[in-house]
Amino acid sequence: MAEELSLLGMWASPFSCRVKIALKLKGVVQYKYIEEDLFNKSPLLLKYNPINEKVPVLVHHGNPLLESLVILEYIDETWQGYPIFPKDPYERAVARFWAKFIDDKLLPAIRRACWGEEKGRDKAVEEVTKLLQLLEKEIKEKRFFGGETIGLVDIVADVLCLWLRSFEEGSGVELMTREKFPKLSKWSHEFVSTSAVKENLPPKDELTVFLKNLFGS
Amino acid sequence: MVSQEVKLLGFWASPFSIRVEWALKLKGVDFEYIEEDIFNKSSRLLELNPVHKKVPVLVHDGKVMAESFILLEYIDETWKQDPLLLPQDAYERSKARFWARVAEEKLLEASFTAMVSHGENKEKALKSAIEVAEKIEEEMKGNEKKFLGGESIGYLDLAMGWIAHWLPIWEEVGSMQIVDPSQFPATTAWSKRFLDHPVIKQNLPPRDKMLVYFHERKKILGGSG
Repeated sequence: MAEELSLLGMWASPFSCRVKIALKLKGVVQYKYIEEDLFNKSPLLLKYNPINEKVPVLVHHGNPLLESLVILEYIDETWQGYPIFPKDPYERAVARFWAKFIDDKLLPAIRRACWGEEKGRDKAVEEVTKLLQLLEKEIKEKRFFGGETIGLVDIVADVLCLWLRSFEEGSGVELMTREKFPKLSKWSHEFVSTSAVKENLPPKDELTVFLKNLFGS
Repeated sequence: MVSQEVKLLGFWASPFSIRVEWALKLKGVDFEYIEEDIFNKSSRLLELNPVHKKVPVLVHDGKVMAESFILLEYIDETWKQDPLLLPQDAYERSKARFWARVAEEKLLEASFTAMVSHGENKEKALKSAIEVAEKIEEEMKGNEKKFLGGESIGYLDLAMGWIAHWLPIWEEVGSMQIVDPSQFPATTAWSKRFLDHPVIKQNLPPRDKMLVYFHERKKILGGSG
């Protein structure tokens, strides 16, 4: 049964990437991918997301789904098979907590540390270190945040893989070193090595240049 | 029946912990409410929520959880009796989650900022808040049922419930208007129905106490002026 499914995304967006990874894990390959130029937004994007005009937007049976975390919940509820969220309500609450932590606290802190004002930079780097330590503690000895297989938190933490490295390279600020964060570094390597992730990541060099132009002065 | 120990750490004037209280009360779940002084945080709070050091925190049979929207989902998944807080349909669930975030990240933040700031900052926040309120009004207009959750109060009503009780107080403290009843008839009507609900009505922090509290907050956060 052909389901009408399209994804409006942007090649350099870690948020779009999350959706691509999730769909791949579910074995959903039949969909239309539409690349958006965020400096020249299409009428389609403006129609489906007039609220904040952002990608990703997943359109299923004509219904637009907005916000990557909301989309991930929808994907897990709609397509059976591979579980992205845990089954147990408490474990789901914990997973959602860390996903929100990454988006609401960690990402803004990383942006401030790499691209913020010079004078606030040391403090921002200190903050990122503290926040990364919480994740380093959370992953413990597990292969992935989701346990033996990739789950919600791993997908949401995609930013820590390619994007953080690109930020570090583009700004010259070191944040997630192997010495300070051995577990997260190991996790990062495991994560990007899985096929569902590997084939959906943007090319690193292009990404570094793009992000530097976007965020750097 | 196995006894289930449920504890909720909250703060009486918090629009975040109240929604969890409402959810538990609507579902008829017995719980112990623990009032936290957020300006003098207890070691218990810091131990239970070391990451954010905030209320609300829910403890269920020793399992500790935080973040109010996440707690609403947990409550709905754990206590499956009526009212069902989240819609049954996956797309409707997504809409509820999305609009809860919009109201939280864009309206609540902007409204609070407008209340405590002055001059240009205030104007900017106020304008921003009104813009989002207009979008929410459109959504409210499109809803034909008694509540956003349908005939009974749901997740989105609980997420936006602060608009019915906190926002008018913030408007008064901030000498501003965001939800003018004549411009926002649907939101105003929904607010009235929400506050009229027997469980909600009995679980609202007193208005005069809130006015005093938020006037203090404005003084502290806004500086002079």
